[in-house]
Amino acid sequence: MIKLFKRIDKRYIPSLVAILLLTFGQSVAQLYMPNLNGDIIDKGVMAGDTDYILRAGGLMLLVSLGGMVCAILGSFLAAKVSMGFGRDLRRGIFTRASSYSLKEFDKLGTATLITRNTNDVTQIQNLGFMLLRMMLMAPMMLIGGIVLAVSKDAVLSLIIVAVIPVLALIIWLVGRSTIPLFQAMQKKIDKLNQVLREKLMGIRVIRAFNRDDAEKERFDGANTDLTKTAIKVNRIMAIFMPLVMLIFNLIMLGVVWFGAVRIDAGAMEVGQLQAFLQYIMQIMFSVMMVAMMFIMLPRAQASADRINEVFELNTELLDPDAPKVPEKTGKVTFDHVSFGYTNAEELALTDISFEAAPGETVAIIGSTGSGKSTLANLIPRFYDVTGGRISVDGVDVREFEKEELRKRISFVPQKALLFTGTIADNIRYGKEDATDEEIQNAARIAQASDFIDEMTDGYNSMISQGGSNLSGGQKQRLTIARALVRRPEIYIFDDNFSALDFKTDAKLRAALKNEVKGATVFMVAQRVSTVMDADKIIVLDEGRVAGMGTHRELLKSCDIYREIVASQLSEEELA
Amino acid sequence: MKHGPGAGRGPGGGMHVAQKAKNFKGTSKRLLGYLKPHWAKLLTVFFAAILSTAFMIIGPNILKNATNLLVEGVMPHMAAVLNGVPAELAPPINIDFNGIAGVLLTLVGIYFVSSVFSWIQQFVMAGVSQKVVYDMRKQVDDKLSKLPLKYFDGRTHGEILSRITNDVDTVAQTLQQSLTQLITSVVTIVGVLIMMLTISPLLTLVTFITIPLCLVITIFVVKRSQKYFVGQQRVLGELNGHVEEMYTGHKEVKAYGHEQKAVDEFNTVNEELYEYNRKAQFISGIIMPLMTFVNNLGYVFVAVIGGLRVANGQLTVGDVQAFIQYSNQFTQPINQTANIANILQSTVAAAERVFEVLDEEEQIPEALNPKRIEAKALRGAVEFDHVDFRYNPAEPLIEDMNVKVSPGQTVAIVGPTGAGKTTLVNLLMRFYEIDGGAIRVDGMDIRDMTREGLRSIFGMVLQDTWLFNGTIRENIAYSRPDATLEQVMAAAKAARVDHYIRTLPDGYDTVLNEEASNISQGQKQLLTIARVILADPAILILDEATSNVDTRTEIQIQKAMNALMQGRTSFVIAHRLSTIRDADIILVMNNGRIIETGNHRQLLEQGGFYADLYNSQFAAKPSA
Repeated sequence: MIKLFKRIDKRYIPSLVAILLLTFGQSVAQLYMPNLNGDIIDKGVMAGDTDYILRAGGLMLLVSLGGMVCAILGSFLAAKVSMGFGRDLRRGIFTRASSYSLKEFDKLGTATLITRNTNDVTQIQNLGFMLLRMMLMAPMMLIGGIVLAVSKDAVLSLIIVAVIPVLALIIWLVGRSTIPLFQAMQKKIDKLNQVLREKLMGIRVIRAFNRDDAEKERFDGANTDLTKTAIKVNRIMAIFMPLVMLIFNLIMLGVVWFGAVRIDAGAMEVGQLQAFLQYIMQIMFSVMMVAMMFIMLPRAQASADRINEVFELNTELLDPDAPKVPEKTGKVTFDHVSFGYTNAEELALTDISFEAAPGETVAIIGSTGSGKSTLANLIPRFYDVTGGRISVDGVDVREFEKEELRKRISFVPQKALLFTGTIADNIRYGKEDATDEEIQNAARIAQASDFIDEMTDGYNSMISQGGSNLSGGQKQRLTIARALVRRPEIYIFDDNFSALDFKTDAKLRAALKNEVKGATVFMVAQRVSTVMDADKIIVLDEGRVAGMGTHRELLKSCDIYREIVASQLSEEELA
Repeated sequence: MKHGPGAGRGPGGGMHVAQKAKNFKGTSKRLLGYLKPHWAKLLTVFFAAILSTAFMIIGPNILKNATNLLVEGVMPHMAAVLNGVPAELAPPINIDFNGIAGVLLTLVGIYFVSSVFSWIQQFVMAGVSQKVVYDMRKQVDDKLSKLPLKYFDGRTHGEILSRITNDVDTVAQTLQQSLTQLITSVVTIVGVLIMMLTISPLLTLVTFITIPLCLVITIFVVKRSQKYFVGQQRVLGELNGHVEEMYTGHKEVKAYGHEQKAVDEFNTVNEELYEYNRKAQFISGIIMPLMTFVNNLGYVFVAVIGGLRVANGQLTVGDVQAFIQYSNQFTQPINQTANIANILQSTVAAAERVFEVLDEEEQIPEALNPKRIEAKALRGAVEFDHVDFRYNPAEPLIEDMNVKVSPGQTVAIVGPTGAGKTTLVNLLMRFYEIDGGAIRVDGMDIRDMTREGLRSIFGMVLQDTWLFNGTIRENIAYSRPDATLEQVMAAAKAARVDHYIRTLPDGYDTVLNEEASNISQGQKQLLTIARVILADPAILILDEATSNVDTRTEIQIQKAMNALMQGRTSFVIAHRLSTIRDADIILVMNNGRIIETGNHRQLLEQGGFYADLYNSQFAAKPSA
């Protein structure tokens, strides 16, 4: 937590100092108030001195006004600092995450990165505000309250010594019994959500197998379980507030009793007793505040740890100091490349060597887990090789500026992903200054123009988040159009054709052939029909090259290729 | 968004974004209906709340007696001292300790009773509120099983989930906290007012001067903060959306070099969020200091007027003391009531969303005298007789479809991606109801059977395999919960997945994790096939698509499917040429409609869409 707070921008320091001073002012005002109240009673009301009441009352209003101004200004600055800190954290996390390579994304996980960037920061900034407003004040009020109580009547103040441990004990007891219950309840809420989510996803299967009743029972089990725990937690919490109130009140009564004894001894005045009572209240409230902070801290600490983790993780894929900018040709060379994911026991790719000349189409085929996608991901330097080297246009990819390298490549990831915006926006993502003609042309080649034209707003149709209003095949075609509009030297299609039916697949490849003439094309695929007419087919098996050549050559020379072909085409097509 | 009852209600010290309900009155009434069965307990809560608050309110009025006793004991001494008599000669301070002890002990009793009632009130309410939401969740869940598939297909899971969890939770929290708070606030206001009036009507009037000020401040702050909280919520949603999109699409962002653009966009939204955050937090932070000041203002007024009255002997010091304590208690419940009004609005809006689910139109009821085909007598003939169907009333999809499938035949459904091949599955399984004509199994209209009876005839293997968080055995036995382990193993063997299961650390007792990500896609497919084999249905519905499956597993899946299809009527969403060519009937679909019907040879001769589709695949291959 402290580590995280150290990240606060230096320009907030004046504000922080001001908040400290304002809080001090507010505390002084608040602490002075019981004293004035007491005086008004003692010297004014009891003595029937209206002038005194007016004078003291005027002073009291002035002090109160001062306190209010301090509080409002403090609130203003605290909001500025804590929310500003939150903003800076969010920006820092986002900027840092943008610099991450896929390796770091894999390591942290996309879902938790999103949570860290938003929910965790919200936790921290709200805690920051609390700290600056209340927690800063609690110790001041506690110390000030004790000092003033002692100055009013040192003997009576001994009661504080008895009060604080009792309060601490209660808080500790309640915390100890409820925190695990709250955690248990969270788990049960998660379980209920999970049962429900499974049910929604499997609705067809559940109905097909007539398991509605069993599912209802499963839900009811989770529901009952959650309800029981919730009742238990709330019942324990139910005793907390009344108990605290009771103790507060009993302490007050005790103070009145001992105060009476003091007054009887002539050591205290009646009004002073009232002031003393208020100091005791302030002390008790401050203790509660501090206790609340300790209850809140663990939760925020978890958030702080997660945020720190992001800041401490640096990307390993740095740009070189003196980047090279070779002439664009489209030549790609793999030279004894091996690659292993972090923490993986085995290499994902071992000793891969080949050359793709400009204008060549290189297909990569193999079973799941054979390393096809990994190989494709290495070319735009999403990861760094573990051994060997990859060069593009004759230069090692690590000697490029990443942006310059990726400008030469159109990469279509396996999972079709569209952004919120219109269809045209999404295609234009590949080339920001693309004209409408370029976009339409790319869509035509990608076999997307038919369905785009059928949409009411055509190219201006909005795509909802995640593209849920399009089918998988349609999304894939749009991502292909996005790659085409870029017109680079190198295209990489990471298994984008298997989501298409045979006919669209065939049409698309036929159209593509003319479009990408002269460019180097990498095509990761599962279907033999997709790769058959490639210039070079690389067959991968468990991260190694099991065969390389044309369709005909491989049919003769490569067992694994033959096996793949046999599984997909019937005998006569093989002939 | 997960949070349990009792967890915080967000930042801003109880300020809320009030969502407006469409029908506040009707929904509130209905919500109250849920409380009806618990009326006895609620009555207990109600009286406990009143008693607890009332006792708490009496407190200061009794304590004032102690103060008066103190003053009486001190007065003669003080009066003498004030008149110039030396302290040692003045009458001694003589406090009536017996009297004070009596007062204090009474108060101990009163505070104790008040706390006990307060505890009873919250204790009972915990049971009531949780039981009410338990009932609500159960009702919604029951409802889900009665809703037609159309409902689920038209909504995201997140939306439905949110109604059952977040919205129901909101109701729970309000019942647990706000409802009793409302009672105590109102009782406090009334009680305090009565006490103040009994002490001094004049001072009460003086206190009232500050009330309009309180109201003005509360209304001003709540209105302002509403605006900022709404804005904050909206922009936070926007930011969340952007972050999610950029992180899930980080590969695209990098591949196309849009990192800087993403950061710039983020910064714009982030800056806007900061402004809302800051303002919302600030405005909700100033209400306390403002109220404190107003309170102090009232204090001074009361002290001045009270002082005068004491001097005149019309009031005692204890009276003034007690009055001040009461007037301090007056503003807080007013504030609280304003907040609760907001909370109630959001609660009714949440309840309304829950009720919307409960009011959804259910699937059409089962036939009155359902018929049943005996499992042994089943032959597996299926007939589509002049079937009409449309998802959307304005767009007819299937019109006058006539197909006869004899027992044991294979029907291949083919067509481009997105052609609506699953529509037929939806109709056969009665996930959707046809609009005209009839579908018959062995000559019996499927609407004359119960859905359960109909669905037990079919076995279905879909592309998105559905497995749940349970053991492999439970997952296979999903189709027949009473199956023995031997039967499950036999099914797994037939599905060629038995060997794989045995290689897992716990074999058939291996627990699949939440996403079932601890086994591969291919194995998942095989498990769902095993499930259908175990069910031994008369008619099959298969989806051949096997994306993300390696070739060797794919061969196994194919073999398992072929074994399964042996001797059964099968509807296959076909992707494999061999399946299509060998099918007895091919249904060619495009744009949701069935455009051609026939076998491979007939369709080729027809030279239509199918022929085109088929030839295009060969055209893409080098001449064999």
